[in-house]
Amino acid sequence: MGKTFAEKILSKNVDRDVRADEIVIASPDMVMSHDNASAISKSFKSIGLKKVKNPDKIVIILDHCVPAASEEYAVNHKTIREFVKEQGIKNFFDINAGVCHQVFMEKGFALPGTLILGSDSHTNSYGALGTLSAGIGRTEMAAIWATDELWLLVPKSMRIELTGKFLPGVSAKDLALHIIGEIGADGALYKSVEFAGDALKKISISERITLSNLTAEMGAKNAYFPPDDKTREWLVMRTDKEYTEVFPDKDAIYDQILKYDLSKIEPKIAFPHTVDNVKPISFASGLEFHQALLGTCTNGRLDDLQIAAKVLKGKKISPKIRLLVFPASMEVFREALEDGTIKILADAGAVIMNPGCGPCLGAHEGALAPGEVCLSTSNRNFKGRMGCKDASVYLASPATVAVSSLRGLITDPREVL
Amino acid sequence: MITGKVWKYGENVNTDVIFPGKYTYTITDKNEMAKHAMEDLDPSFAKEVQKGDIIVAGKNFGCGSSREQAATCLKYAGVAAIVAPSFSRIFFRNAINEGLLLIINGDSIDHIQKGDTIDIDLAKGEIKKSGKSFKFFPLPESVRGIIEDGGLIPHLKKKFATEKK
Repeated sequence: MGKTFAEKILSKNVDRDVRADEIVIASPDMVMSHDNASAISKSFKSIGLKKVKNPDKIVIILDHCVPAASEEYAVNHKTIREFVKEQGIKNFFDINAGVCHQVFMEKGFALPGTLILGSDSHTNSYGALGTLSAGIGRTEMAAIWATDELWLLVPKSMRIELTGKFLPGVSAKDLALHIIGEIGADGALYKSVEFAGDALKKISISERITLSNLTAEMGAKNAYFPPDDKTREWLVMRTDKEYTEVFPDKDAIYDQILKYDLSKIEPKIAFPHTVDNVKPISFASGLEFHQALLGTCTNGRLDDLQIAAKVLKGKKISPKIRLLVFPASMEVFREALEDGTIKILADAGAVIMNPGCGPCLGAHEGALAPGEVCLSTSNRNFKGRMGCKDASVYLASPATVAVSSLRGLITDPREVL
Repeated sequence: MITGKVWKYGENVNTDVIFPGKYTYTITDKNEMAKHAMEDLDPSFAKEVQKGDIIVAGKNFGCGSSREQAATCLKYAGVAAIVAPSFSRIFFRNAINEGLLLIINGDSIDHIQKGDTIDIDLAKGEIKKSGKSFKFFPLPESVRGIIEDGGLIPHLKKKFATEKK
C-alpha cells in the first residue's frame, strides 16, 4: 500500500514506516518564529536551560508589528534581539525584512522534502515548495528549542486535483475562497492537503503560496505542491543547499479527493465574519467600503501588486476610500520599485507601507473604526480581526480589491479585466 | 470526576473572538489574559466564569490563529474542560501543552444547555447529565502524560530533572 506525502516525510524523519493517525516524535529540519519569539524565549528559560539545543535550525523574522507601535512592542523586539545574540542564532531578520512566511521562503529555508514547524498558523505556506510545514503554538516551540523534537500526529490526507486554466480576472485567491466556501472552515481539519493535476504547471509559485497559505482556513495541518521546474527555478538563486524532493506514491490512500476545473471558477468574496462565508462576487457588487488592503503573506507578492497596477495605471482611486499597500517582503518591495509598480500605485493615491503584517491581525497600522468596512486581500475576517469588533472585513483577490478601489464600491473585476 | 457549570457556544469559535489579536503582544500576564477571555464573543463570560466551569461548543473549536493565549486565557479563567465534536488542530495542541483538558464528543452537545451542571468521568470516559451518559474516547496516552504533568513546560522540567539524577 502506497504512502501519501505526509506519511513519506514523517517516515523519513523518524526512520521507520509510519501511517496516518500514528503519533511520532519528530525532529524538524528548520523552525520559524516571529514577534512571538519573545514569549517563546521566556517559556524556554522557564524550563531551566541556558542554551537552545540547535541554534542553526532556528529562524526568527520580525513582522507582526514593525516598526514597533508602542513601548510594549519595542520592549518585545528588544528582548528578541538580546536573546538572538545571547544564543548565537544567526538566522535573524529584523524589522526591515517583511512578512515571516515570504522571507522564510525567499531566504531559501523552505527546501523541498524537509519538515518545518513554525509558531504561526500560516506556516502551511511553504507547502508551495514541497515541504511539510505546519503551524504550532508558542510553548511547543520553546520545547523544540530545548529538545530539538516534538510530538506530531501523522495526518490523513486530502487530494485536490486541478485542471484547466483561470479566465481573465480570476486567480488563485478566488479558487482558494471557492474551496473554503465549499468544504468549510474545518473541511480539511488536521489533514495534509496535496494539490495535483495538469493545471499545476500553469500555476506560479506565488499562486501556490496563496493556495497553501489559505489551507490554514480549511483547518489543514499542511499543504503540498509536488516540486517541478518552477520550484527548482525559484530556489536556484536562493539556496546552494542540496535537497531531496519527496512525492506521494501513486497508490497512496486519500481520505477525500476533490476536483476543480479552473475555467469554471468565478471571482469570490468572503463576507464577514468567517472565512468560509464565501459568495460569488455578484452578491457583494455595489457594497460600500472604507478601506482597501492590498498585500500580506496571502497576496502581497509582485504579481499581486502588478495586477493592481495594471488596473490603476494613470487613474485615481475613489476619494471615498483609502487604499493601503503592504508588499510581502523587502525583496518584493524593491522589485516593485524597480519595475514602476510602486509609483503607479502611489500616483493612484495608495498609501505605500513598509513590508509587514500591517492591519491583518489588528495589532498595528490601518486599524478600523466602528461601522467601517475593509475589503482585503488578507486571509482572515473574524470579528475584531482588524482591531475593532464593530467593524467588518471582506476577503477577495488583488484584482477585486484594485477594481473596487477605483469605483469606491465592491465591483466584479471582470468588468474591467 | 469533574463537575462543572456549562457555558455553551456554537460552531467554529475562532481564536480572534476568544482572545483578540490587539492584545497578543501587549498582555503578557496570564491572569490578565483571563480577564479578556471570549471578549468579542460573549462579554459576560470573563465577568461571570467560575473556577471549574466547563465549555461545551460546536465543531472546530479554536480555529484560526495559532495564538496560544486562546488556550491560556480559558485555563486561567478557571475552565476545567472543553467539550466539542472537534477542535482546530493548533488549538488542540496548545490546550494539551497548556494542560487544559479537551473532550472530543459530539453526541452530548445537543443535550446540554448553558447553565446546566454536567459531570465528566475521566476514568470511565463518560459525560453525564441528569441520568444520561455519553461515551468519549480518551486522548492518546503519549499526550495524556503532558496534561497530567500540568502542561508541556512542567512535563519537560520533570523530564530534565529525571535525566540529571
